[in-house]
Parts: sequence; C-alpha cells; structure tokens
Amino acid sequence: METSILFLAGSILMGLGALGAAVGIGILGARFIEGVARQPELMGMLRTQMFIVMGLVDAVPMIAVGISMYILFAVA
Amino acid sequence: MTVETPRGMQNFIESIIEFIDENVRGSFNGKNPLVAPLALTVFIWITLMNTMDLVPVDWLPSLAQYIGANFFGVDPHHVYFKVVPTTDPNATFGLSIGVFILMVYYSIKNKGIGGFTAELTLHPFESKNPILKVLLIPANFFLEFVSLIAKPVSHSLRLFGNMYAGEMIFILIALLPFWIQWTLSLPWAIFHILIVLLQAFIFMTLVIVYMDMAHDKGH
Repeated sequence: METSILFLAGSILMGLGALGAAVGIGILGARFIEGVARQPELMGMLRTQMFIVMGLVDAVPMIAVGISMYILFAVA
Repeated sequence: MTVETPRGMQNFIESIIEFIDENVRGSFNGKNPLVAPLALTVFIWITLMNTMDLVPVDWLPSLAQYIGANFFGVDPHHVYFKVVPTTDPNATFGLSIGVFILMVYYSIKNKGIGGFTAELTLHPFESKNPILKVLLIPANFFLEFVSLIAKPVSHSLRLFGNMYAGEMIFILIALLPFWIQWTLSLPWAIFHILIVLLQAFIFMTLVIVYMDMAHDKGH
C-alpha cells in the first residue's frame, strides 16, 4: 500500500484518539478535584479510583496509539 | 525473620501483600481462595515484565547481536531481539484469555450453565411474558456477547498499547543526537515508571473486578 496514505492513516488514528483521551481525562480530573474540595479526607481513596477510571478511559486511545505506532513504523 | 518487627526485605514483601489484600477485599465480594494469589501473581509478573522497558533500548539487542555473531556465526544484522514481553500482543492476550477462561469457568460453576446463559440472553431487555422473552433473546445476546468479548480484548490491548507506544518512543528518542537526547529521555523514563506500575495495577484491578462479576449470584 502507498506509504503516504499509511502515514496519513496512522496520524489520524493517533490524533483522534488523543482528542478523546484528553477531553475524557480532563473531565475526570475536574470531578476529582471537585470531590476532594468537598471532602478532603477522602483524597486517598478518590485518587485510587481516579487512576482506575483513568486506565479505563485511556484504554481505547492507547489501543489506537499502539496500532498507529505499528502502522507508522512497522508497515509504512 | 520475626513477626513483630519486620525489617528490610521482609517489610517490603509484607507491604506488597497488604496492598494486594486491601485491593482484593475492597472489590471482591465472593468466596474463592484463588483470587488473591491470582491478583498478586498478575501484579508482580506484569510489573516485572514492564520494568524491562527501562533497560537502555539498545543494550540487550546489541548483546544478542554480539552473542549471535561470535558464538553462533550468524550475521548480526539478522539477529532480532525484543526484550519486553508485554510489547508483544501474544503475551498480553495470553494473560487476558487465561483470565477470561477463569471468568467463564467460575461463572458457570457459581451460577450453573442455566444461570450463565440466562445472564447472556435475558438482560438488558427483560420481560415477564415468555413469548416476548424468546423474541428478545437475539437482541439481548448480541449486546451481551459484544460486552463479553470486549472484556478480554480491551484488557489485553490496553496493556499492549501502553507498553508498545512507550517502547517505540524510547527507540525514537534513542535515534536523536546524543547532545539533545538527555532532555527528552529523562522525563520520558520517569513518566514511564509511573505508567509501568499503573498499567500493572489497572490489569490487576480488572482481574479482581471480572472475578467478582463471575461470583456475583444475586443480580
């Protein structure tokens, strides 16, 4: 397949994934800070939960990054 | 080695065991002596596999090429050596398919094969009328099947994507000139330490959550 269109595909894949991940984690972080502002004694527990949900929100964008790296360097 | 005042290595191991114990107690509400050792194994194994990514990216392949050239008479350019197992989707799929098999096995063991298929075919569209139940089975099964298969696929590809992208960025930074490399590789290595532990922790948490879903009898 043409290298130029493969580069374009890999970049679009990574870019859209980054967009989704950034918006999602931004909202998640905002709710975390809000929650800690309401109840500072829950900060440790909320931080753990935030990292867990961050892993889930980040999953599909990370899959997109993995596939896009593969396309950009191993295929094109 | 003492029970009252642990020191050094014993203290370190005990703190890891307590960490896993706390996490399993928080998320797992069933009764199964397999889950906590499984969580411990998965966490330590994935952490150790991921930490191999922090070894400088061309040391081990160069060593492999040297050994290949001098002890086996192979052309060094043909020696291919990638040391981090979790950058290979085979390894991560192996882990997640194993967890998936355990999940299906414990689901069938705890809910019976009737209960397991009822969970797949009678949710989320429910009804009291038996004829309507049968009519809704294809729609329910399609939704629940996709949700069931998405679990091991996303479980493994999350770990694979994170580790593959991390290793790729290490390789790209290593291709820069030596006088600029340190400004990028140091922050990325520090960030990667966080990612290594975080991805192992997320994998372990999801293993515990999937086991909990398999043991959950009352809906």
